[in-house]
Amino acid sequence: MQKLLLLGDEAIAQAAIDAGISGIYAYPGTPSTEITEYIQHSKEAKEKKIKSTWSSNEKTAAEAALGMSYAGKRTMVCMKHVGLNVAADSFVNAAVTGANGGIIYVSADDPSMHSSQNEQDSRFFGKFALIPILEPSNQQEAYDMVHYGFEISERYKTPVMMRITTRLAHSRAGVVRKQARAQNEIKLPEDLRQFVLLPAIARKRYKLLLDNQIKFEKESQENFNHYFDGNDKSLGIIACGIAYNYLIENYPDRNIPYPVLKLNQYPLPRNYVTKIINECKEILVLEDGYPMVEELIKGYLSIGLKIRGRLDGSIPRDGELNPNIVAKSLGMAVSVGKDIPALVAARPPSLCKGCPHIDSYAALTEALEPYGKGRVFSDIGCYTLGALKPYEAINSCVDMGASITMAKGAADAGMVPAVAVIGDSTFTHSGMTGLLDAVNDKSNITVVILDNSTTGMTGGQDSAGFEKIEFICRGLGVEEEHIRILKPIHNKHEENLKIFKDELAYNGVSVIIPRRECIVALSKRMRVKFAQKDKK
Amino acid sequence: MKKDIILAGVGGQGILSIAAIIGLAAVEAGLYLKQAEVHGMSQRGGDVQSHLRLSDKEIASDLIPEGKADMIISVEPMESLRYLPMLSPDGWVITNTKPFINIPNYPAIEHVIAEIGKVKRHIIIDADLIANDIGSPKSANMVILGAASPFLDIEFGKLENAIRFLFRKKGDEVINKNIEALNLGRKHSEKML
Repeated sequence: MQKLLLLGDEAIAQAAIDAGISGIYAYPGTPSTEITEYIQHSKEAKEKKIKSTWSSNEKTAAEAALGMSYAGKRTMVCMKHVGLNVAADSFVNAAVTGANGGIIYVSADDPSMHSSQNEQDSRFFGKFALIPILEPSNQQEAYDMVHYGFEISERYKTPVMMRITTRLAHSRAGVVRKQARAQNEIKLPEDLRQFVLLPAIARKRYKLLLDNQIKFEKESQENFNHYFDGNDKSLGIIACGIAYNYLIENYPDRNIPYPVLKLNQYPLPRNYVTKIINECKEILVLEDGYPMVEELIKGYLSIGLKIRGRLDGSIPRDGELNPNIVAKSLGMAVSVGKDIPALVAARPPSLCKGCPHIDSYAALTEALEPYGKGRVFSDIGCYTLGALKPYEAINSCVDMGASITMAKGAADAGMVPAVAVIGDSTFTHSGMTGLLDAVNDKSNITVVILDNSTTGMTGGQDSAGFEKIEFICRGLGVEEEHIRILKPIHNKHEENLKIFKDELAYNGVSVIIPRRECIVALSKRMRVKFAQKDKK
Repeated sequence: MKKDIILAGVGGQGILSIAAIIGLAAVEAGLYLKQAEVHGMSQRGGDVQSHLRLSDKEIASDLIPEGKADMIISVEPMESLRYLPMLSPDGWVITNTKPFINIPNYPAIEHVIAEIGKVKRHIIIDADLIANDIGSPKSANMVILGAASPFLDIEFGKLENAIRFLFRKKGDEVINKNIEALNLGRKHSEKML
């Protein structure tokens, strides 16, 4: 079969196409974005008419996917780890309704927080929902597991989670494809009340989910988990997902003296875990993310076997693993290079030259001068970089949409004016409902919706509220005269400053929409435009 | 054969096109490859790096172990120094001399060059100047790649083929300029050796 050089994300996407999905649903979020983008750009996917339009947020994505599963077709939902918090209501309940057509939730974790606000471990969510979790260690496994994931999803009528981390998502390697499979025909669930979670039905569905646990565990024992025996039983190693690669990197001849449980599928395979614990004097658990397996095996009292890992300091409690960290935990000598010369300066990410947010912040910060610092609640996107020097223009970044509702709470507490700064895509993701709260409560807040007409931070995906922002605000009840659209550009600074000052002084909800296209999106659009002209 | 390469630069400088060409050439040579990239927030003008691993045997880790990299290929001089902890004692630093200054505290360039000079094996090259000279400023990356090519253990012709493939939609002129840039970079290194 054909061999392709693919990112982990792309391997998952190609596998989803080959396994016969009819739609993929997602909101962009690093490091998961490239899964959906690959399908959007795939000629094959287009020919197969696979749905791949971005959703407004992860919850709407998860729900649309569940609807597709209800209709008997295969589907995938993709998100970054914190996106699963947004989708959680649907995700956890979908475990109880169960699936009809196969459904896989891909959650991409970001240990070391390369591009995130926390390093939560999605495996806990999968365990919480009581569904099978697949955790590939490499790109090929990711590809193969998607096929398998859909099979068990349909065999047990259950949603399945695939958990990956940044390192796998954004690393490229060769992947061999399998024979592509046709899409499912539309087929209703056998029981038309399967998805009706009224208490009486939900109780039955939940019992079924509980009964399935033993089957899920049997799958774990027979598929992607492997036990490699070793002669030296002074130590047993449990290596989860990508951690296995860092382990064998330290044994170039691949000859590990200790028994190793390569763990890629949950619930935990009790047979292998029992075996390694019975046979070895001490256990080392290697896992990227939280010490989930370590904690499970160790137990609260840790009165059994000595279990080493992130909890006892054998491995740092936070941050992503690497070959050196694993070598140290095994007591091996590690190589080190030279130190970074002292003159090397930090180079944090920054707003691009010509970015419209720079002009918006210039006006906002100046307009706020009479009121003093510390009253700007912001959100998640490129504009979060406004927290850094030289702008230092914002005071919060917590979760998608929190700017508006936090500003409301602060205004309720008497801090006026309170300002919210949110991007257009984040606003339609999770800001709209908060704005409705503020309107209903006549809160004294000024909401600045930075409309650069794209989802910038993740690379310029379509923004769900494109050309709709002011109408959404109007529809939510913001007074027309307090919806102010302006062009954030240097030579309109004085004019814009006055708008900011006026609206800050207004006692009620006002919305300012600085609207100018993202400079990166603009130059990309121009390049394409001129390339097409050249061709003509 | 095993080559562990750190590619360094600033977000938006296009280190991934260098990676793509080495990757294509490695695949043509029948080698295994793993390449860890940086996407997301750092791409907004922050420091970015890519771990590129080539081998005739299967590769385990996506990340290169510290102190084990065979070379650092950098499109920006200060960025070449940021990854010295990754470089093996016998490793090469191949770097552009043209600074990318988007921070207020960028050190004096002569001090940066002096630090690079302390690395036992290094090649410094003004890739932007060479690329400008041939009227193709965007080919600076290919000059750097050319300068690194003597240390890659990949047949030079395969790198040229990879350029032809990667830029196939951009026409012969772009392809020829990039191949010229690649050759000029290589000549520079051969003179230094």
